[in-house]
Amino acid sequence: MGNTVLLTGTDDLGFMIKGIFTYNFFGHEVWITTTHVCLLIVMLVIIGFCVAANICIKKAQDVPGRFQNIVELVVELLDGMVSSSMGKAAGKFANYIGTLFIFIFISNISGLFGLRPPTADYGVTLPLGVITFCLILFNKLKYQKLSGFIKGLCEPWPFWAPINIIGDVAVPISLSLRLFANVLSGTVMMALVYGLLSMVAYAWPAVLHVYFDLFSGAIQTYVFCMLTMTYVTDAIGDGLEEA
Amino acid sequence: MDGSTGISGADLIKACSAIGAGLAVIAGIGPGVGQGIAAGYAASAVGRNPGAKGEITSTMLLGQAVAETTGLYGLLIAMLLLFVKPLLND
Repeated sequence: MGNTVLLTGTDDLGFMIKGIFTYNFFGHEVWITTTHVCLLIVMLVIIGFCVAANICIKKAQDVPGRFQNIVELVVELLDGMVSSSMGKAAGKFANYIGTLFIFIFISNISGLFGLRPPTADYGVTLPLGVITFCLILFNKLKYQKLSGFIKGLCEPWPFWAPINIIGDVAVPISLSLRLFANVLSGTVMMALVYGLLSMVAYAWPAVLHVYFDLFSGAIQTYVFCMLTMTYVTDAIGDGLEEA
Repeated sequence: MDGSTGISGADLIKACSAIGAGLAVIAGIGPGVGQGIAAGYAASAVGRNPGAKGEITSTMLLGQAVAETTGLYGLLIAMLLLFVKPLLND
C-alpha cells in the first residue's frame, strides 16, 4: 500500500488508516480509505440532524418541544461563543464557526461509536487549517488594505519581514497539527488498550473513552474554533468600526 | 550459536528508530510543566476572584492547548519513526 496516506501501513494495527478499495482517476491510483467512509458517516449524521432541525424549526412553537429545545440550545451556545470572542464581526462568522464546531466535534466523538475519527487523518485537518489561513489573509486584505498588510509584515523593522511571513505560514500548520496529533494520540491510546490488554479490557475502557474521545475532543474543538476566531478578529483589526 | 548471526542495516535502523522515538517523546516534559504552571495560576486567580471562574477556565484551557503543541510535535515524530519508518527506504 505504501505511503499513499500518512500513517498508512499494512501492519495489522487497529489505529492505522486502512485502504478499502482503489480506483483509477485519470491515471492516478486513488485509495478510498477508512477516513473517507467515516467522514461520510459523520456527514450523513450531521445532514440528518440538520434536516430534522429544519423541519422542526419551520413549525416552531412558543413553548418548545424536546427536539426544538435541543436545536435552540445548540444555536444559542454557538452564537454566544462566537459573539463573546468576536464582538462586532460575530454576525459574519457565526455560520462558519458554527459549522466548523459541529463538524469537528462530531468527528472527534465518533471514536465513541467505534469509528476511526476522521480528524485523526492529517488530510482532514490540514484543509481546515488552510481554510482558516485563507480567511485570515482575505480579511487582512479586505479591512487593512494592501498598505496595512505590508505594514504589518514590516513590523517592527522591514528586514523582519521573512520572520513575520514564517510566523503567518506557521498558523495553519500548527492549528491542523494540534488537532490531528491530539485526536491521533487518543486513537492510538485506545487501540493500545484494546490491543494489548484485550484479556482484561471489559467495561473500564469506557472511562478512557470519556477522557480521550469526549473531553479531549471537546477541548480541541473549542480550541480550534477559539484560535480561528482570535486570528480572524486580529486580522480584521479596527477595520469594522470605520466601515 | 557460532557468533556468525550479524545485525543487518535495516535491523539497526529499526532499533535506532525505536530509541529515537523514545527520545522524541521526552518533549512531553515541557508542556507538562507549562500546563501545571498555567493550572496553578488559574487556581490562584479563581481564589482571588471566584466570580470569574468560567472566563478563567476557558482562558486556561486555551493557553494549555497551545502550550501542548510542542509536546505533540515530539509525539508526532515518535509516531513517524515507529510506524511510517521514513529512514527505511526500500
